[in-house]
Amino acid sequence: MELSTNNQLQRPLEPVEEKAVSPWLEAWRSFRKNKLAVLGTLIVLFFILLAIFAPLIAPQGINEQNFEKRLLAPSSEHWFGTDDFGRDIFSRVVHGARISLWVGFLAVTGSIVVGCLLGILAGYYGKWVDTIISRFFDILLAFPSILLAIAIVAVLGPSLKNALIAIAIINIPNFGRLIRSRVLSVKQEEYILAAKAVGMKNSRILFHHVMPNSIAPIIVQGTLAIATAIIEAAALGFLGLGAEAPNPEWGKMLTDSRAFLVQAPWTMIFPGLAIMLTVLGFNLMGDGLRDALDPKMKN
Amino acid sequence: MAEVLLKVDNLKKYFPLTGGIFGKKIGDVKAVDDVSFYVNKGETLGLVGESGCGKSTTGRVLMRLLEPTAGTVEFDGKDLTKLKAEEMRQMRKEIQMVFQDPFASLNPRHTVEKILEEPLIVHGIKDKDERKRRVKEMLEVVGLNSYHAKRYPHQFSGGQRQRIGIARALMTKPKLIIADEPVSALDVSIQSQVLNLLEDLQKEFQLTYIFIAHDLGVVKHISDRVGVMYLGRLVEITESEKLYEKPLHPYTKALLASIPIPDPDLKQERELLKGDLPSPSDPPQGCAFHTRCGDCMEICKVTRPELVEVEPGHYAACHLYTK
Repeated sequence: MELSTNNQLQRPLEPVEEKAVSPWLEAWRSFRKNKLAVLGTLIVLFFILLAIFAPLIAPQGINEQNFEKRLLAPSSEHWFGTDDFGRDIFSRVVHGARISLWVGFLAVTGSIVVGCLLGILAGYYGKWVDTIISRFFDILLAFPSILLAIAIVAVLGPSLKNALIAIAIINIPNFGRLIRSRVLSVKQEEYILAAKAVGMKNSRILFHHVMPNSIAPIIVQGTLAIATAIIEAAALGFLGLGAEAPNPEWGKMLTDSRAFLVQAPWTMIFPGLAIMLTVLGFNLMGDGLRDALDPKMKN
Repeated sequence: MAEVLLKVDNLKKYFPLTGGIFGKKIGDVKAVDDVSFYVNKGETLGLVGESGCGKSTTGRVLMRLLEPTAGTVEFDGKDLTKLKAEEMRQMRKEIQMVFQDPFASLNPRHTVEKILEEPLIVHGIKDKDERKRRVKEMLEVVGLNSYHAKRYPHQFSGGQRQRIGIARALMTKPKLIIADEPVSALDVSIQSQVLNLLEDLQKEFQLTYIFIAHDLGVVKHISDRVGVMYLGRLVEITESEKLYEKPLHPYTKALLASIPIPDPDLKQERELLKGDLPSPSDPPQGCAFHTRCGDCMEICKVTRPELVEVEPGHYAACHLYTK
């Protein structure tokens, strides 16, 4: 270590234009070396592609019923078998990726935007602003999250959109608290004082200095939260509070399969597998991101 | 006579000390307690003292990075303590600061170019090319290369980073620079380089410095006048040579005696300070230094000595010289 710095001092500064290594680029490099994280990313990418090209991939329409082919076991014609209406489960699972990913992304984006805004205000301005916002987070956190989601959906009425809103709301305090604590520590950094000394306005300090230095854990938490959001959406769907009947939402498909669990386990296995794989993918990716973005975790 | 650029009168900064369940105020930490001094245009005023004596706080209060509890700071004829927030923000163009820790004072997610450009952006220089040109110029001025602009702070050594910190302070062409221990985080071999750079820049840009340090040797090298602080109070202030040759205050004497002499064979008669620094939340009655002073008299325990002109241009706050 010391030797190399000495050498650097003695060596004359080479006058070549160097490529700057931004902290983000460095994070990407270490992320790439993490095999599990790359695997997770590939799984996520796979499901994203599946969602985008669902109509091209699915051999049948999602609501194409064929009562002669009810509850058929997986075969070359119906890869994942058919359900009690004779619908092709493979087609429905593929289309279900659209719903689940959509719900995951949208709900998490919503809670990140609201949570970060509140968290940054609480952390940066402190005092009574902090007290009010933090107590609001505490109230949300006091309820078990799925119970709160059920309550919210019960008030708004069961639909996929309302399930999404509920999931967004229950995730707000997680992001809010996380970014608040980051802002609190970043605020103490000398470069924030230096920014003030240079004569920057609060808004500029917030958006150019505090935020970029606080955002890394949010990316990690966001990825992991997509996974839980998908599970929560499926859970609400399973309870009949999410997606409505003909929609091929994975959680909903699980509920519908309950009656034929013994005769036709494939009606449950494949949507279940889809949920599991997506969640696993997001979790692996999130873990990898955490290791890559948090310099303290590096060895 | 030299023109006065900055005049500080009876500056105080108390931090409230809270306790109990309800956070009731139970006292004050008197970080800066009734400090008055002036700085002439073009000179360097050194501020020295042990850690915790309030010298850094003084620097920050001067810039209103911390709001003063009482007192006035007159800069170029304007009282900074009375300025509104936006006026003060504009005024920061004229007063800049160099920070102690070059590893903490640069935003790790910004390139050097962005770091140096930002002061220009916030002080209304809209022309992008002009800004880039001035960044490159300034990098050369502080002894770096213009191709360093695209790099990030972590790609530099401590000395280079401090040069970036100095460059940032110079971007808005300030009149006064408050340097808060700018070299104490650096290797000794790098310290002199940075000090020389500061001296060269002073000549080139007619800068005025307030140089805060705990190292008397460093301060002697760079200062025209030196103020010594103890427990939030200014105990002595005078020209650099006078202070080093004929210190008046017992605390200054003790500080000077603590400078190591680079000769192991030289046996030195020196009076070392006894005891610890008293808590600034509960400073001793009378003269704050009387608990550790070798020349302590009865009056020292009761009455707080005022800063008086003992000899022309040589001020000290000690009862030894009041009679």
